[in-house]
Amino acid sequence: MVRLITHNLLACHAKGCTTNNFPLKLQDVVVEVREAEFNADFLRGFLPRIEWTALVNAAKELGDTSLPLEMPEMVDDEFLKNLHHVLLEIHVDEGAMVCPNCGHKYPIMNGIPNMLLAEHEIG
Amino acid sequence: MIPTPDLSHLKREDYDHVYEPAEDTFILLDALEQDASELRELTPRVCLEIGPGSGCVTSFVGSILGTSCLYLTSDINAHASLCALRTGRQNKVVVDPVTANLVDPFRSRLYRNVDLLIFNPPYVLTDELEVVDAQEQGGIAGAWAGGTIGMQVTDVVLDQLDELLSPTGRFYLVAVKQNDVHNLQRRVQEKFNVQSEVVLQRRAGREHLFVVRFMR
Repeated sequence: MVRLITHNLLACHAKGCTTNNFPLKLQDVVVEVREAEFNADFLRGFLPRIEWTALVNAAKELGDTSLPLEMPEMVDDEFLKNLHHVLLEIHVDEGAMVCPNCGHKYPIMNGIPNMLLAEHEIG
Repeated sequence: MIPTPDLSHLKREDYDHVYEPAEDTFILLDALEQDASELRELTPRVCLEIGPGSGCVTSFVGSILGTSCLYLTSDINAHASLCALRTGRQNKVVVDPVTANLVDPFRSRLYRNVDLLIFNPPYVLTDELEVVDAQEQGGIAGAWAGGTIGMQVTDVVLDQLDELLSPTGRFYLVAVKQNDVHNLQRRVQEKFNVQSEVVLQRRAGREHLFVVRFMR
């Protein structure tokens, strides 16, 4: 499943595409919410690795505006609950991720992104 | 004792496309189980398995570390990605599979951010061209065809090790004797100053299997 936690870690890697290749734009998505077990330690530990603006914008594209625009300095329970939902419970089952720079389209099928490139696109 | 993941949902047809767990899979599970308490103490947040095949190994790690870690997999074979997802579900581990060539789409964002990297590579000695064909086709042959000393695909990952491993990261790699394990350890040490040791080895039929653990 392409959860937003995974989306936050994927960049376009087509030949010559090295700037403005992240975050990938979500397109024509079918979204499903599936409950996940809450783990505050994981969220706190993962927080420093998140590209915050990319996450906030991706969530917004999927209709979730629960996250603050800036990563908060003080992490409270309500924030962690919202973060948990956005990172781990929103699943993109179908659709595509499109590179903002070169326009390369990576399809998502059965919840799995296909990040393979054709031979002439490999850098 | 950590139970071997339940794979009863995978059928004969799945194993026509995806590598079926065998001795090389089980030695890797044993090595991870041996390190289970150390791994829990390290609290890895990002686990990435390259070439998960059936998804057996990542699900096993999931049963060691629970929800404290993200489980990513990358396989060139789309059927393997699907199996990894299903095997996770069957074993109550949430796996996030990506169909990709090795770690390509993660390289920039996971720069020195992988805490636990796992690879049971195609290590079988074959013709070099056979590797290229097998990887391009994305089918089951890609799970074993490894080139003249079986290192053609492994070498690519070893070259990227320094940019993948986090400061406390570790890498578990399966190898066979013909891969010249001592030499590959020495090369990684010389190139990146990453230490390694053979944590398990055994003979299984014609194969002499090794699990090498690399740490910064």
